[in-house]
Amino acid sequence: MRDSAHLSAHLTHRDRRGVPLGLLASATALVAALLALVVAPPDALQGQAQRLMYVHVPSAWTAFLAFGVVSVTSLATLVTDGRRAAAVGQAAAELGVAMTGLTLAEGSMWGHSAWGAWWAWDPRLVSTALLFLLYVGYLAARALPGDPRRVRRRAAVVGACAFVQVPVVHFSVLWWRSLHQPPTLLRPELSAPIAASMLVALLVSLLAFSLGGLWYVRRRSAALLGSAAGHRSPAAEGAAVEAPARELATSPVRGPA
Amino acid sequence: MSVVPAVMSAVAAKDLRMEARGRHAASSVMPFAVTMLLAFGFALGPDRPLLAQTAAGLLWLSATFAAVDLFHRAYRTESDDGALGGLLLAPGAAGGVYLGKAAAAAVQLWLLVVATGLLVALLFGLPVTHHPLLLLMVAAAGVVGLSAIGSLFGLLTVLGRRQAALPVLVLPLVSPVLIAAIRATQAAVSGDPGQAAGWLSVLAAFDAAFLALGYLVYGHLLED
Repeated sequence: MRDSAHLSAHLTHRDRRGVPLGLLASATALVAALLALVVAPPDALQGQAQRLMYVHVPSAWTAFLAFGVVSVTSLATLVTDGRRAAAVGQAAAELGVAMTGLTLAEGSMWGHSAWGAWWAWDPRLVSTALLFLLYVGYLAARALPGDPRRVRRRAAVVGACAFVQVPVVHFSVLWWRSLHQPPTLLRPELSAPIAASMLVALLVSLLAFSLGGLWYVRRRSAALLGSAAGHRSPAAEGAAVEAPARELATSPVRGPA
Repeated sequence: MSVVPAVMSAVAAKDLRMEARGRHAASSVMPFAVTMLLAFGFALGPDRPLLAQTAAGLLWLSATFAAVDLFHRAYRTESDDGALGGLLLAPGAAGGVYLGKAAAAAVQLWLLVVATGLLVALLFGLPVTHHPLLLLMVAAAGVVGLSAIGSLFGLLTVLGRRQAALPVLVLPLVSPVLIAAIRATQAAVSGDPGQAAGWLSVLAAFDAAFLALGYLVYGHLLED
């Protein structure tokens, strides 16, 4: 009982710490929504559907940023065996997978409006879908049962391999498609000149997504650390029952190897 | 450093000897690949030109799915009686164990791909006689890539005691190998050896990169 009270006090402290960033992200998102939906004009050629770009580009950007964080934290976990790095990596991977899913879903809607098809075998679409699956695999490795330290390190290996794979996947899909037939689908919203109000809306939306992502990663990684550290929830206790002594021994500082 | 080739050849020889005596791949993985080829035939219908057109892709797909089974088995035998722990007692041997496992898997998969390739030639009308040597090289480069990734992540299935994690990890990771192997095979059978050689070199570069990666990180997967 005393432990659970301690745990909730611990989480409340974390909650309060994330509030200013959360409010800032929400306010920015509100401004971005106003700019994107009201201030920016509809596209001359694509009409209202073009407004999807204000979500599409920022979600893709956030996903790439998140996967970059997963790569760095994976290497950090392998080198230092940091619990913190692994928690941040998992939070960032969750964010990245969600954002890649959003990018795909919402690119699909745009494609339906602009191309008349929900999906096209365009290199960029295919490599984004593969990227999504790669990091779903990372999260699956992160969720494997066993000693937390070992799971962390194994998932970090997957994270490091995924990082190496990103350019390989990108180029192989590009060559696969380009040798098959020249790409017929362009992304006019990315190459065409853009009106000032559109650009401002896009930039504010990018900022909103980045802040929101940062807020999620901080909050989620703190929660992960909180549930895995000394004050364990009963569920975490059951999962980690294999080697609690090792976990405690390695958790705060790393002993001499 | 000098211990690595010795460990590698010992592990590879052990795995191949186990297959030669137990015939797991021959009795279960190979029939699995053949079943899948027939299922692809049912899925596409008896349209001969369509089957010939898709044959290269179907060949590599059935090889990939069969390979997932092979990697799982290759590590499950190691987890029995803590055999893997015994293997790793050799100091600094992790990289050698990895290369040995990958080499043994590649040899078995190469035989599997060649055998199913002949079957695909028969069933789907894949013209394998134009550039047989080139095709054998493509098969070798393709299975090395599959083995490099499968032998690394096959380990996770044993350590985690859960097979479900393997396909979701391996299939996106092998997609570049799959693409290059299918394209090289298609180019070779359609009488374009120049393009086939181009894809073959791409495949060789992937193989080298994945083997190096596996060699470097294998110890991290195993330790403690």
